[in-house]
Amino acid sequence: MGFIRHPKDFFAGLMFIAFGVAALAIGNGYALGTAARMGPGYFPRILGIFLVVIGAVVALRSLKLRGTRIEFGPLKPMAIVLGSVVLFGLLSPHIGLVLAGVMLIVVSSAGSSEFRWKEASISGIILSVGAVLVFIWGLGLQFSVWPPFLSGAR
Amino acid sequence: MDLVANLMTGFGVALTPINLLYALIGSLLGTLIGVLPGIGPVATIAMLLPITYALQPVSALIMLAGIYYGAQYGGSTTAILVNLPGEASSAVTCIDGYQMARRGRAGAALAIAALGSFFAGCVGTLLLASFALPMTELALKFGPAEYFSLMILGLIGAVVLAHGSLVKAIAMIVLGLLLGIVGTDVNSGLARFSFGIPELTDGIGTAVVAMGLFGFAEILVNLEHKTDRELLTQKLKSLMPNREEIRRSIPAVLRGTTIGSLLGVLPGGGALLASFAAYGLEKKVSKHPEEFGKGAVEGVAGPESANNAAAQTSFIPLLTLGIPPNAVMALMVGAMTIHNIQPGPQVMTSNPALFWGLIASMWVGNLMLVVLNLPLIGMWIKLLTVPYRMLYPAILLFCCIGVYSLSNSTFDIYVTAVFGLLGYIFSKLECEPAPLILGFVLGPLMEENLRRAMLLSRGDPTVFVTRPISMVMLALAAGLLLIIIAPNIRRKRADVFVEET
Repeated sequence: MGFIRHPKDFFAGLMFIAFGVAALAIGNGYALGTAARMGPGYFPRILGIFLVVIGAVVALRSLKLRGTRIEFGPLKPMAIVLGSVVLFGLLSPHIGLVLAGVMLIVVSSAGSSEFRWKEASISGIILSVGAVLVFIWGLGLQFSVWPPFLSGAR
Repeated sequence: MDLVANLMTGFGVALTPINLLYALIGSLLGTLIGVLPGIGPVATIAMLLPITYALQPVSALIMLAGIYYGAQYGGSTTAILVNLPGEASSAVTCIDGYQMARRGRAGAALAIAALGSFFAGCVGTLLLASFALPMTELALKFGPAEYFSLMILGLIGAVVLAHGSLVKAIAMIVLGLLLGIVGTDVNSGLARFSFGIPELTDGIGTAVVAMGLFGFAEILVNLEHKTDRELLTQKLKSLMPNREEIRRSIPAVLRGTTIGSLLGVLPGGGALLASFAAYGLEKKVSKHPEEFGKGAVEGVAGPESANNAAAQTSFIPLLTLGIPPNAVMALMVGAMTIHNIQPGPQVMTSNPALFWGLIASMWVGNLMLVVLNLPLIGMWIKLLTVPYRMLYPAILLFCCIGVYSLSNSTFDIYVTAVFGLLGYIFSKLECEPAPLILGFVLGPLMEENLRRAMLLSRGDPTVFVTRPISMVMLALAAGLLLIIIAPNIRRKRADVFVEET
């Protein structure tokens, strides 16, 4: 892709255009109203058009400006960390905060290149128990601590 | 004297045991995250927003404010002792602070940073208190057209002073505005951009966006690189600066405080910009510019005072106009909304105890920081030995719990993960997330004021230029844009940030 001299800006521009187009497409059904009585579609449409225009400027400029390549590191850590968070969301209502917390710590720790099983498990247990003490007992947040079938009917 | 009476009210609130406790917790927590690289005040405040639900509003705000200025104190410790910015705003302190430490003057550098910060904090708080009344009086005259123009000015100011590409920053603001209007439209009741998901009809929480963009994304970016941290901790001999150091730091502290106070008020300013600007200024006015980079005490005193002064004065536009000048203040808007307080000029009259209590607490918090921090430095250094591989899972856990408790739903956890991914992409494409957060918070406000202004003018858009205050603000915004497009100023702006490397 020789003509793209600033890849970061080029793709940033495309991203803004994509967001703008999406806003225009989704907001297409919202009533526009008039300038004096703006409907729910008025402001989003202004923003959408604006975003597409700026995105186009950024993308076109990238053909002239010079910039560095986009450097990607290994994608595995990212997948593991985000995966562990989603898993926490899925599991915590069913297995409670303590177990889900230990799971989150251990799984997300595996995203680091210096992962150690024992260390991660121990810190998982300590942090989860600490979280229960601080957030649930200390601050009274609503959260099931243990799996519902253990803590009795609720 | 109104000011004295008001401050007395404030101290009456700030000095109650419970609020003292929260000021202490906030300042200590702020110092902690200031010391630790890899987590900043935006992510921390976002993480703690949900749990402030259970607190009194004034205690909640006192604690969150403490995190912001506490982080400015903590950041210098890491910068001086480890040559790492614990906080982005301490990046310039590394340059000369670490060199001082290598020459065995670490104690003096720490003491000067702390005392300079304290002085700057006191001045900043005093400025905040004295500007509060006139600013609110001015703001009460504002109609929707003025507010709309003010927000335009604020957002333009934010991108002009922000780091990096101007056009991309504007695009990020617009994207933020768009994300901000996700949810039910107040006028028509229509759920916009909610994709039929019931959770999205209430909009996306500020804390969710901030935790994703600043908390999660930071972790994802950090994990790509090896994170070995070198600890060069030596015994601190004495905290006492010598006479020469004191003589040289006093004017630097004064200059830093001035420039920090000014930049804090400006939109897009805040602690980060203040410390960079102060360092540049010190280097320029110094009789011995060649000493900079080799342990010049002014290079510590100036920026450290500036970032703390800015942390205080950036509350001025938030508390008086309801317009957040930077990402941390955007989250304070979120904190106030959680407690059903609409930030703006009416806070001072409708809730004087909260308003003056918060201001007074900042002075109390600064005092606590300077008294507590120097003796506690040994403990903070110990914390630095906690490796990142153990730190980031803990951040994730606290984020997840915090996000969940926002509305007791796991849905927000997934949204945070999405914003984490988005933040990672932004960082790859060098798009600064801070303008997005500002736009996000201001989105609904801007739409509302635009609608009202246009309704009052019967659809005539010239209302924004025929009303004098509004016109002045738009002219200022246009002027700012023109200035920045002029090439020689653009070069200067790049210079301010070039010191970062």
